[in-house]
Amino acid sequence: MRAILKKCYLWLIFIFLYAPILVLILFSFNVSRSRGNWGGLSLRWYGELFQDRAIMTALGNTVLIALVAAAVSAAVGTVAAVGIYRLKGWKKSFVMNITYLPILNPDIVIGISMMILFIAMSFPRGMASLIVSHITFGLPYGVISVLPKLAQLDPQIFDAALDLGATPREAYFKVILPQILPGVFTGFLLAFTMSVDDFVVSFFVTGNGVANLAISIYSMSRRGINPKINAVLTLLFIAVAAMMYLIQRRLRKSSREAV
Amino acid sequence: MTRDNLSNVGAEMIRLVDIHKEFDGVTVLDRINLSIAKNEFVTLLGPSGCGKTTMLRIIGGFESATTGDVLFDGERINDIPAYQRKVNTVFQRYALFPHLNVFENIAFGLRIAKKDVKEIRDKVQSALELVEMLGFEKRTIQSLSGGQQQRVAIARAVVNEPKVLLLDEPLAALDLKLRKEMQLELKNMQKQLGITFVFVTHDQEEALTMSDTVVVMKEGIIQQIGSPINVYNEPTNIFVADFIGESIILEGRYLEHCMVEFAGQKFPCVDIDFAPMEQVDVVIRPEDVDIADDPAEGVLQAKVSSVVFKGVHYEMLAETDDGLEWMIHSTTMAPIGQVIGMSIKPDNIHLMKKETKGPEVTAS
Ligand SMILES: Nc1ncnc2c1ncn2[C@@H]1O[C@H](COP(=O)(O)OP(=O)(O)OP(=O)(O)O)[C@@H](O)[C@H]1O
Ligand SMILES: [Mg+2]
Repeated sequence: MRAILKKCYLWLIFIFLYAPILVLILFSFNVSRSRGNWGGLSLRWYGELFQDRAIMTALGNTVLIALVAAAVSAAVGTVAAVGIYRLKGWKKSFVMNITYLPILNPDIVIGISMMILFIAMSFPRGMASLIVSHITFGLPYGVISVLPKLAQLDPQIFDAALDLGATPREAYFKVILPQILPGVFTGFLLAFTMSVDDFVVSFFVTGNGVANLAISIYSMSRRGINPKINAVLTLLFIAVAAMMYLIQRRLRKSSREAV
Repeated sequence: MTRDNLSNVGAEMIRLVDIHKEFDGVTVLDRINLSIAKNEFVTLLGPSGCGKTTMLRIIGGFESATTGDVLFDGERINDIPAYQRKVNTVFQRYALFPHLNVFENIAFGLRIAKKDVKEIRDKVQSALELVEMLGFEKRTIQSLSGGQQQRVAIARAVVNEPKVLLLDEPLAALDLKLRKEMQLELKNMQKQLGITFVFVTHDQEEALTMSDTVVVMKEGIIQQIGSPINVYNEPTNIFVADFIGESIILEGRYLEHCMVEFAGQKFPCVDIDFAPMEQVDVVIRPEDVDIADDPAEGVLQAKVSSVVFKGVHYEMLAETDDGLEWMIHSTTMAPIGQVIGMSIKPDNIHLMKKETKGPEVTAS
């Protein structure tokens, strides 16, 4: 009896969490324009979606920003992680803490403070400011995905490479990098997902009419809910969920390997 | 500090001059002076933490001495980085590259040196042959046993044809039988390749079996440099006597030319460089105590208190009337409780200058 109750409880939570999304997905296939009536299944809104110039441009922006921000976050994060790894004592914990801070920092704080910074520096707002701000919150993910990989390394391996004639640079590229690469890729995926996912920061730092998907959905919804939004949100949800699944699987796999 | 029996050894390869090393103000190596010849098999021997690894890392270029010089083939190499030194290392826990297979691990140094493909293949082949690992080229490191990994680590180092090979306790992780096998193989390999080996261990038996020269260290200071026979038979102090093999160490007094008194008796000995009535430490190896069933046949009498069979010999403890405990290794056995006679031949009595402190009897 208890077990059954427990199960019901679990299902209740799932329904609570996922019902809105299920409704959204369902209505993205609704023929009728009205939200109340079910007019039958159709891919009509998906078709219209791909004809909508504004949404397609926003999608392109989102992907471009996410790719660049994730690539920079992963690359710079890796270099930073190697630097942190070689620090010792209080310096190490200090740098670690300021790395973690942006992850805990509310988006709104990052968004507004970056906006103020860009204005103060008269940095051109638009694509560039979006990319820079996405790197800012993506970078910590680059660092924290690589650090555990470094910690797992045999500390003698770097010396072994030098011993065999590799310069420190070659040792990093030929010995250290191949072994932390899974962590670098996880960092890339995390930063990419965070970037695709972001609305708040983007909303504050953008300008000149440059919009990513989240911003353009927001402005569309203010003009009244268009069923196209259901379709684009469904796609966005599936994309982010797929990426999270991928990341989870990688993390699980690497924690198994570590044992 | 003499060195004998080095017929196969050539000119000087490495010299450490007054090496002093501190970590955060703590001295780890002090006044290290050591000359290593071409083709010599030198072993650094000492208890954990005495600075063996640090010394090896200074030779390899992974650590720099606080003061002092490292000479390689007559040239000062203090400022030459590790990757430019003609030295290769077999690390304590092998430090193989887990993302590369056996072939690529061994080929690593050759690829860095941009050798051509055919040369790499040939050299890796012969290195694999040397360590008897042919056929393992494609295997991953994780799939190898400890002994096999160890061989790959050796192959990875020797394939670069270094002038000097540094080995940091390479056999420590292996079981006894495999360790004995590898000791012989390493020794043969060293002769075959004709390169200088600097070998680190804290196993005194391993040091005695393999080396041309043993360097005994304690707390960052070299205690003695000599051939295995030399350090075993003529330890310069109590520490060396105690660390190399088992020994009975007694307080004694040098009486006159070739006579010494200890354990309440006078014994003829062969040492001559002591003053009359000088206090000395007497070192006797357990296997050098001759025992007789008849107490009257010995110079000293003692009662057997324990007997352990060790395979080739019996290890016995016997106590004299004045309470001194003697460790005896003998192929004949005396039962517990029996009073036996003990005698020691003059050339088995080794006298050492008195040190300030030291236990009366140490039977390790
Ligand atoms: N990087 C370092 N920083 C501070 N102290 C160090 C460092 N490396 C070694 N030491 C200290 O130097 C001393 C000698 O260390 P070393 O590793 O050379 O000893 P060892 O003879 O190789 O010992 P073992 O047989 O246990 O390997 C030790 O007290 C050790 O704690
Ligand atoms: Mg060591």
